[in-house]
Amino acid sequence: MASSAKKLPSVDVVLVGFGWTAAILGQELTDAGLNVLALERGGWRDTSTDFAVTFAQDELRYYYRQALFEEMARETLTFRNDPGQTALPMRHLGSFLPATGVGGASIHWNGQNWRFLPSDFVAKTHNTQRYGALPEGMTIQDWGVTYDELEPHYDKFEYLCGISGKAGNIKGQIQPGGNPFEGARAREYPNPPLDMVYAPTLFEAAARETGHKPFPCPAANMSRPYTNPLGVQLGPCTYCGFCEKFGCGNYSKSSAQTTIHPVLLRKKNFELRTECNVLKVLKDSDGKRATGVVYIDAQGNELEQPAEMVILCGFAHHNPHLMMLSDIGKRYDPQTGEGVIGKNYAYQIVSGVDLFFDDKIMNPFVGAGALGVGIDEYNGDNFDHTGLGFIGGGYLACWQTNGRPIEYHPVPKDTPKWGGKWKAAVAKNYLTSASISTHGAMMSHRNNYLDLDPTYRNAYGQPLLRLTFDYTDNEHKMSDYLTERATDIAKAMKAREIHAKPRTGHYDIVPYQTTHNTGGAMMGADPKSSAVNRYLQSWDLHNLFVMGTSVYPQNPGYNPTGTVGALTYWAAEAIKTQYLKNPGPLVQA
Amino acid sequence: MRNILTVVLALAIVSLFSVLPAQAEDTSFAKVERGHHLVDAGDCVACHTDAKGKPFAGGRPIETPFGVIYSPNITPDRETGIGAWSDEDFYRAMHNGVRPNGARLYPAFPYPYFTKMTRDDVMAVRAYLKTLPAEKNARKQPDLTWPLNHRVFMRGWDMMFFKPGTFHPNADMSAEWNRGAYLVEGPGHCGACHTPKNELGADKNSEALHGGIVQNWFAPKIAGNMRDGTGAWSIDDVVAYLKTGRNKSSGAAGPMAEVVADSTSKLPDADLRAIATYIKDADGGPDKTPPPLAQDDKMMVAGQAIYADSCAACHQADGKGVPGMFPPLVHNANAQQRDPTTVVRVILQGARTVATGARPTPFAMPPFDWKLTDQQIAAVANYVRNSWGNAAPPVPPDKVKDLRDTLGKKLNDGS
Repeated sequence: MASSAKKLPSVDVVLVGFGWTAAILGQELTDAGLNVLALERGGWRDTSTDFAVTFAQDELRYYYRQALFEEMARETLTFRNDPGQTALPMRHLGSFLPATGVGGASIHWNGQNWRFLPSDFVAKTHNTQRYGALPEGMTIQDWGVTYDELEPHYDKFEYLCGISGKAGNIKGQIQPGGNPFEGARAREYPNPPLDMVYAPTLFEAAARETGHKPFPCPAANMSRPYTNPLGVQLGPCTYCGFCEKFGCGNYSKSSAQTTIHPVLLRKKNFELRTECNVLKVLKDSDGKRATGVVYIDAQGNELEQPAEMVILCGFAHHNPHLMMLSDIGKRYDPQTGEGVIGKNYAYQIVSGVDLFFDDKIMNPFVGAGALGVGIDEYNGDNFDHTGLGFIGGGYLACWQTNGRPIEYHPVPKDTPKWGGKWKAAVAKNYLTSASISTHGAMMSHRNNYLDLDPTYRNAYGQPLLRLTFDYTDNEHKMSDYLTERATDIAKAMKAREIHAKPRTGHYDIVPYQTTHNTGGAMMGADPKSSAVNRYLQSWDLHNLFVMGTSVYPQNPGYNPTGTVGALTYWAAEAIKTQYLKNPGPLVQA
Repeated sequence: MRNILTVVLALAIVSLFSVLPAQAEDTSFAKVERGHHLVDAGDCVACHTDAKGKPFAGGRPIETPFGVIYSPNITPDRETGIGAWSDEDFYRAMHNGVRPNGARLYPAFPYPYFTKMTRDDVMAVRAYLKTLPAEKNARKQPDLTWPLNHRVFMRGWDMMFFKPGTFHPNADMSAEWNRGAYLVEGPGHCGACHTPKNELGADKNSEALHGGIVQNWFAPKIAGNMRDGTGAWSIDDVVAYLKTGRNKSSGAAGPMAEVVADSTSKLPDADLRAIATYIKDADGGPDKTPPPLAQDDKMMVAGQAIYADSCAACHQADGKGVPGMFPPLVHNANAQQRDPTTVVRVILQGARTVATGARPTPFAMPPFDWKLTDQQIAAVANYVRNSWGNAAPPVPPDKVKDLRDTLGKKLNDGS
């Protein structure tokens, strides 16, 4: 594929995007002696200059005016619920909040950092063995990598981040106070759990009373000062309640900036170019190798950057989008079920139960992104699904993430949306409310996929990505089940009023839910059913690797970041110990 | 007339050397390495490198109370550097503050310190500088106020304030102390910033290392006083600060960040220990601090409220900070200096601590100039300087205004 762009001197590795996966790879591959270049479409961002404590806690600027997120004027996607509809462009972010800029979404996440269950990695095999044939249209797969293989890499990521938590299973020994359902881990979390606020302790007592085993949720918010194995330091969390949608001004939330950049950016064999938007991955004439990328800089110059290796580190759906635009791999066709690029897009299904008390003061403004108590009885296959009509599950948790003045207005059911009665209800309930959320898995389905939109184009004239997505019966049944279990515990918390809010109807892309978009370049055991192999290496171009949640074949009932970190370290190790010695396919097709 | 005489004399000296039997120059690895080490200790690269220039090629504007001087090129380029200088020329510059043409150097070049260096060490520095790549970079003329714009004036200055002479060890003190004294008073020229100056910019020798104003910072007292010096720091604390830019009490920012990055972080631990031993033993004079401001003083009450809102997230409500990250303010020597310039400046403009290999995270304090008034900054500065057992003279709001104006003007000038 020839290009008319000006050709730049070659590098060993080009990283497309400079979020967290790119920072990890930058660190690991420069350690291996390679010259690494990262191309980031957004601008430079650092704690002291961009999220200083003097202005970081600004809801209007950061959330409502979306200062940290993807800019729809440059790139967006079109959306429809099913293949029979005409997709329309998303012109304002809603359901999910991808990032633009150095550090990517690691800047504005909450910090809820989980591992998936061992059975999650063999979801297809496990569920069919236990429950028989999958429902019609469900296209879940095994990952091609096991929990045990990833365990050291989960560990490495958790120690990089300084996760605050309590282990539930160390080398097979169940630990009191932790999550007894988790896969065996080699050692305790690097930091103890955060100090707990009142509402989660009420949940904890009620959960215990109803026969559950509650535990403090693992948090990338620091419970104490921490120096990670790279020597990078994080400060203790102040519980200011500005985590998700904000950068942390106190160096207290793990991000690429607070865990890796100080070391990586000092290295002579690392280079970062910001405001550089990659348009295409280039291939050699026989289509066996990537030869580099074409990008456009802030001045509008198109430049060709040759590289020995190309690693896609964009946000979930951007990686498959770039693969489609570069004609890499076979695109998914929902009619025939053939092809893999764009297949198995998944998300998350979330619901909640609100609780209103009279006499219990929660002080919601004391919060942190992952400050909460959870239970895991209803996640994955931790419970018998026989007769329930669905597979998968999710955790339940009582979080206290924030009491932000614009966003947080807990009011009972049937309160008017505005006016004096609304104000009175907010005043009455602001301090005395709590909620339990459910965080459900999303199984992949034949009709949930990504492809190129036939009509709409981005700022560079390229077809937008088209998202076709809806919840299926499996998700609704599962989410309803989780909501009922949450309601059981809510009742035991003895609130004045309980308001369950199940997720009903079609998926709606407008209200914020989670930024847990997955799939489209899934990993797996063979090239017929996956885009990348178990080492996240493209089946088609052996020097192309794909990071992030785009490789998930389906999305388990946990927040995805911990597994993103583990998979990145897993792939980095394979590149360092296998690929560099003998460049070529790491798995024979 | 005198210039001609100098040239004749110089030529005579050159020819004198040239008639001597050819001698192999000592360019041994050990000598060059020692020179490199001394060049690090002297932080030569900091002044002799412009922001956009090549290392040691000069051109950096050096701000003095009397105007701006541009550092010269000290690479071996024969036309614009010091490649044409003889070793003796180099020694005279370092030891006597005199150029090969006899013109007096300005003490922005710290020859009053370098004069203490042994000839052997000066020659080692020379040997190292000869290994640098020659860079062409012609010198810019200084921009000084009268009468200092006349170099001849410096003859009088030297007569009054400068006595050439190599360091003499003090036989009563340990070898480590003497090594520290040599480094601090000689190549390290710590007093160039940390010793107060008289009206003509010369060190007040009786107040050595008592802290001084430099480029709108107050370089703190580093003599051994407990309250406002290095007395409360252990030897290891001083070593950690100089080596990594950070210790449990403080982080290097401002001009000292550069000193740590370019100089002290590169020195061997033994030299850092020697420096620590010497400065902790240095006499900082009696503690003349007034009793702290009363807790119910209006300034203190306002300061406490501002502190809770704007400072406590990092420095903690009890002022104990997060050691190694956010400096504790309790018993913080830097906060209690007699001159509040640094405290006020850090609140106005913020500060960024140096990143070193050992401590790569450049923790930074954000600026508050856009957020707090002069009155508010004075109040919170007074609160920090007079709480938790701290005591320091009051900061008037005018002090904040003056510094704000000065720094703002510099920003607008782009200087």
